[in-house]
Amino acid sequence: MSATTAPLPSRALLERLPLRTLGVVLGVALLLFVLNAAGTIQLYRPMPVLLGQLSLGLINGAFYALLSLGLAVIFGMLNIINFAHGALFMLGAFAAWAIAAPNVWLGMISPGLAVPDWLQLGYWPALVVAPLIVGLFGLLLERTVISRLYKLDHLYGLLLTFGLALILEGLVSNGFGTSGLPYAIPDALKGPVDLGFMLMPRYRLWVLGAAAGMCFVTWLLIEKTALGARLRAATENPGLVQAFGVNVPRMISLTYAGGVALAAFAGVLAAPIYSVNPNMGSSFIITVFAVVVIGGMGSILGSIVTGFALGIVEGLTKVYYPQASATVIFVVMVIVLLARPAGLFGKAA
Amino acid sequence: MSVTILAPATAPVRAFSLMGFSKAQVWALVVLVVLIVACPWLIYPISLMRLLCFALFACAFNLLIGYVGLMSFGHAAYFGMGAYVTAWTAKNWGLTPEVSVVLGGVTGAALGLAFGWLAIRRQGIYFAMITLALGQMVAFFCVQAPFTGGEDGIQGVPRGALFGLISLKSDMAMYAAVAAVFLVCFLLIHRIVHSPFGQVLKAIRENEPRATSLGYRTDDYKLIAFVLSAGFAGIAGGMNALVVGLSTLTNVQNPLSGEVVLMALLGGMGTIFGPVVGAGIIVATETALAQADMWVKVLQGTIFVVCVLAFRRGVVGEIGHRLRINL
Repeated sequence: MSATTAPLPSRALLERLPLRTLGVVLGVALLLFVLNAAGTIQLYRPMPVLLGQLSLGLINGAFYALLSLGLAVIFGMLNIINFAHGALFMLGAFAAWAIAAPNVWLGMISPGLAVPDWLQLGYWPALVVAPLIVGLFGLLLERTVISRLYKLDHLYGLLLTFGLALILEGLVSNGFGTSGLPYAIPDALKGPVDLGFMLMPRYRLWVLGAAAGMCFVTWLLIEKTALGARLRAATENPGLVQAFGVNVPRMISLTYAGGVALAAFAGVLAAPIYSVNPNMGSSFIITVFAVVVIGGMGSILGSIVTGFALGIVEGLTKVYYPQASATVIFVVMVIVLLARPAGLFGKAA
Repeated sequence: MSVTILAPATAPVRAFSLMGFSKAQVWALVVLVVLIVACPWLIYPISLMRLLCFALFACAFNLLIGYVGLMSFGHAAYFGMGAYVTAWTAKNWGLTPEVSVVLGGVTGAALGLAFGWLAIRRQGIYFAMITLALGQMVAFFCVQAPFTGGEDGIQGVPRGALFGLISLKSDMAMYAAVAAVFLVCFLLIHRIVHSPFGQVLKAIRENEPRATSLGYRTDDYKLIAFVLSAGFAGIAGGMNALVVGLSTLTNVQNPLSGEVVLMALLGGMGTIFGPVVGAGIIVATETALAQADMWVKVLQGTIFVVCVLAFRRGVVGEIGHRLRINL
């Protein structure tokens, strides 16, 4: 279980900043600017269109960041790529729905079964309760099945979690159908906000803030606390850390639960935006894998930055060349593989 | 970082060898041929032909995971693009089936060349994630590209006449053609695996740095194996399109990539006959549970979990291990 890619301190991130890549990006931007000035291409778009798509892109980027952050944390500690991450994201959204309208599905189990109104938890409690529920479920998964794989090749972890994702998606589809369930935006977050330069739906602004805040808290926890220091040490050398009296297996379990809870938190944030349906995670997770390949899983801050940046790239593509918006992240992945095979913030794996 | 294939307990001295087949493998091959000949009288030929196409697909996938240790998680891209090109050329250019299937195979191989070249820059799970992402890219491309017919797919693909002479309209004639192609490709894959080239592939699977230190350009070997695998996948996809007269998005999308992994895993990665058995089981359960689509997903997920936790040799690998033979 010797880790090859550990979440590294932020200082190391600065040292490994992809200066050449930044140079290339700046060069391309300059070229576009010159071509635009010369009239060869037309870069102008109406400001509301540009800002609207940019904000949508940032929202997607927030989810990429939250999900790839969880993947990186889990991979650092468990050496497993959690293919079930998308399914657990979906489970987070379903948990939010399920605790908001428990009587709907309780009635499906047995007619007449119902809980009183005060037990129907709305959006705000769901932000805490749903990640807790899904995190506990993750803990159960880690203890019962995933922990049996640590001595095997990494690929078995991928296959196992892929199987778990299929089971979860299949079960939820059977229970609730694939058409999607409604989940309302909480009253406090309805309507637009005037930012001065644009009108932005309040909920989108909240998602951006909440996701960025959660990313920051996670970063703080791992990089700046005593617990995080132990975690990073255990990633480097679990045997040695265990010899110091730290319960490493419990730490591993809690790391998985934490990463999964992050995914569920993202799921609750996503519930009012996307319809809550069993496949909402599987479409996300592959893009997130591409994000992880682009950024490399070596650094916490790296995955956050890459996630948001790729969201913006996707948004801009929707403005300038909408046909490619679904594939642009994969194209970026190809370019990064050609230019910097280890990923923007990764070291050679 | 390659996947560890659990080899049979004993690899006895080859006293008997026919084209690289051990005695047990010859018997297994005889059983397979007898089944292929006998089954169309017992089972609906279309289902059987689909089974053979998927079996070939699984064998092609197994060439990578079983013998080079490369986990490609986007193999549906080569299968699906092979299917589209075969269907399109057979329908719009009126090409004979053998030419259009070869074109499908070439398409798969060409795509495999490009994607393999990109993906072998990273190893282990990154390789899996890259192939998965590239496969998804192809799927998105196929949704938008005009020649695929989008959600409708390419319908009404004619089977045509083999070499322009033998009409494949009847299911039995088509079955004979598919079975012949399957057997030829199956033997070819076996030959590749047991050639000196295949020995190097296995060396890379076991210990890539050591293979490099022995002077092998492992990246070249990996790339060639990838191209071969993608080419066979393209042929399988092309044949499947001719059999059902249809090429749709399901052939190119991710669930199929997962299914082919499952076929190889369940049958036994790194065994010659495993993927065929795995494909048989998966296609049979899918046909049986055709009405309960979502339960298929749950069942397949469960098989994945059980196989990884307790049954990593797969069906054929386990039989071979128990009987101490190499299948």
